[in-house]
Amino acid sequence: MTRESSTQASRNDGPDTDGLDTANPPAAPKSSNGLLFRIIPPGLYAGRSHVLVERSYLVSKRAWMSVISGFFEPLFFLLSLGFGFGQLVTTVEGPGGPMPYAAFVAPALLAASAMNGAVFEATFNLFFKFKYAKVYDAVLATPMGPVDIALGEAAWCLIRGGLYSGGFIVVMLGFGLISSPWALLALPVCLLVALAFAAAGMAAATFMRSWHDFDLVQLAVMPLFLFSTTFYPLSVYPGWLQTVVQCTPLYHAIELMRALTTGYVGWGALGHVVYFVVMAAIGVVVAARRLGKLLLT
Amino acid sequence: MSGPAANVTVVTSTLVHAKGLTKHFGSFEAVRGIDVEVSKGEAFGFLGPNGAGKSSTMRMVACVSPRTGGELRVLGMDPDVDGPKIRARLGVVPQQDNLDTELTVRQNLQVYGRYFGLSRSAVRERAVELMEFAQLTDRADAEVEPLSGGMKRRLTIARSLVNDPDLLLLDEPTTGLDPQARHLLWDRLFRLKQSGVTLIITTHYMDEAEQLCDRLVVMDGGRIAAEGSPSELIRRYSTREVLELRFPPGEQSAAEVRDLAERVEVLPDRVLLYTADGEAALSAAHARGVRPVSSLVRRGTLEDVFLRLTGRTLVD
Repeated sequence: MTRESSTQASRNDGPDTDGLDTANPPAAPKSSNGLLFRIIPPGLYAGRSHVLVERSYLVSKRAWMSVISGFFEPLFFLLSLGFGFGQLVTTVEGPGGPMPYAAFVAPALLAASAMNGAVFEATFNLFFKFKYAKVYDAVLATPMGPVDIALGEAAWCLIRGGLYSGGFIVVMLGFGLISSPWALLALPVCLLVALAFAAAGMAAATFMRSWHDFDLVQLAVMPLFLFSTTFYPLSVYPGWLQTVVQCTPLYHAIELMRALTTGYVGWGALGHVVYFVVMAAIGVVVAARRLGKLLLT
Repeated sequence: MSGPAANVTVVTSTLVHAKGLTKHFGSFEAVRGIDVEVSKGEAFGFLGPNGAGKSSTMRMVACVSPRTGGELRVLGMDPDVDGPKIRARLGVVPQQDNLDTELTVRQNLQVYGRYFGLSRSAVRERAVELMEFAQLTDRADAEVEPLSGGMKRRLTIARSLVNDPDLLLLDEPTTGLDPQARHLLWDRLFRLKQSGVTLIITTHYMDEAEQLCDRLVVMDGGRIAAEGSPSELIRRYSTREVLELRFPPGEQSAAEVRDLAERVEVLPDRVLLYTADGEAALSAAHARGVRPVSSLVRRGTLEDVFLRLTGRTLVD
């Protein structure tokens, strides 16, 4: 069973056996393995994150009601605000001039639901599995590393978020709220937005000490949802507040969605995309590092 | 290290090699420089009271806890460099069951096998075999949460075998189980040993160590206090027999019997005489007019060794 262990041992028993600098082991360069390997120390990634997606799929098969429920939140908002409230506010200033209120709100709800789904799935799930279910302790006893965990969980958030977004886009189409073929790109952009928020949420979850800290998540997500030009255009704010809002992530997501569903897409859209790419990358790296630090002590 | 020539003879069957191994958590020194060699096919035990550093050592060997200092080779590799490669060939049974409570018994085994990179069809077959081994076949599609403590433990052990490990690490495998469940587990572990799996076990149950371990170390305060086979340790640190003389509390007198044994220990209600021949010591005590409430001659056990080495005071 351990044919090669003897040769391995004698080869490794070189002069490096003082082993004093083990808190920060010298990173064996693995430059051929891409960017992730250069950022993450070796041994933290086994390239098998899809197995965690499989696990999540098995779990969700047994809890499909809770999975389906995620679809209804944006739909209820659309019915209540878009069509109810929209009776009073007939038109509003959109990217290409005045537009029906429901068509203005719908893409924003699409973006907001991508955010909500991803953030709550990422924070609650990660925290529960990490702190209470000890799922990750078991995972890390195998060749899998914390990067596998971070990527696998983020990917699952994405798949779930993608299903909700896809469903909502179909609803928008059904109500005639989409006026441009650019909307085809809305789904992939939703996935990017969801990935970024999921990664940020996971990173945040690794800093949480108890369930009480989830009130802080709520405290961060709620104003984003309400004030990121979801229900009215940016022009209602005074200048300085406009700048503040323009720095927050959901604003960029809503800008993207509105542009895509109305067809007024400019080069500025690329800037919004870059915003989320950076956010996702930072989130995944921070989450993986924190998980490694907390679990591999 | 000794010279390279000596190395070759030693490492041919050495699965774990530790020298001066230390682990600090901040200013707390959990492991203070231990030397351990575990050979292939052995059942090796870490004995010690709570907080002796057993679990910290196990976590370092399992490559989920970087060492602070010293040498460590597991399966001939350095955990700091080849952690994933080593873990691929280990089976780990942690102190606390960390089964996946969102999955069924069968799914627990299958998903765990997938973490090791086994194919879907391979894990399906393996799960069936392992449920058989753990006597859980009739609970295959049940939730994990309502299982009894013994069943969960068996499932955790079955799960640790999914990758056919070369080395199985068991951290207090039977703590908290009833006698039936413990004996069933011991039987399973004994079978694994027979089939050639190397076991490393931590425990604070002496009977468990005597049942399972070929060789063991007694740890105390992060250091190794003694090392040997159970019978060697008993010979070295205890005596073949122990005479227990029971007295009403406060009335025991050690002075009259002190020279009847190699070592005499006075407890609140008893006097223990460590001697090669318990019966002879008992007759000698009677001849001197010592009248205990009751007396008992028993064999020396690992428990005697353990208490001698780690003391009778509560550790934590």
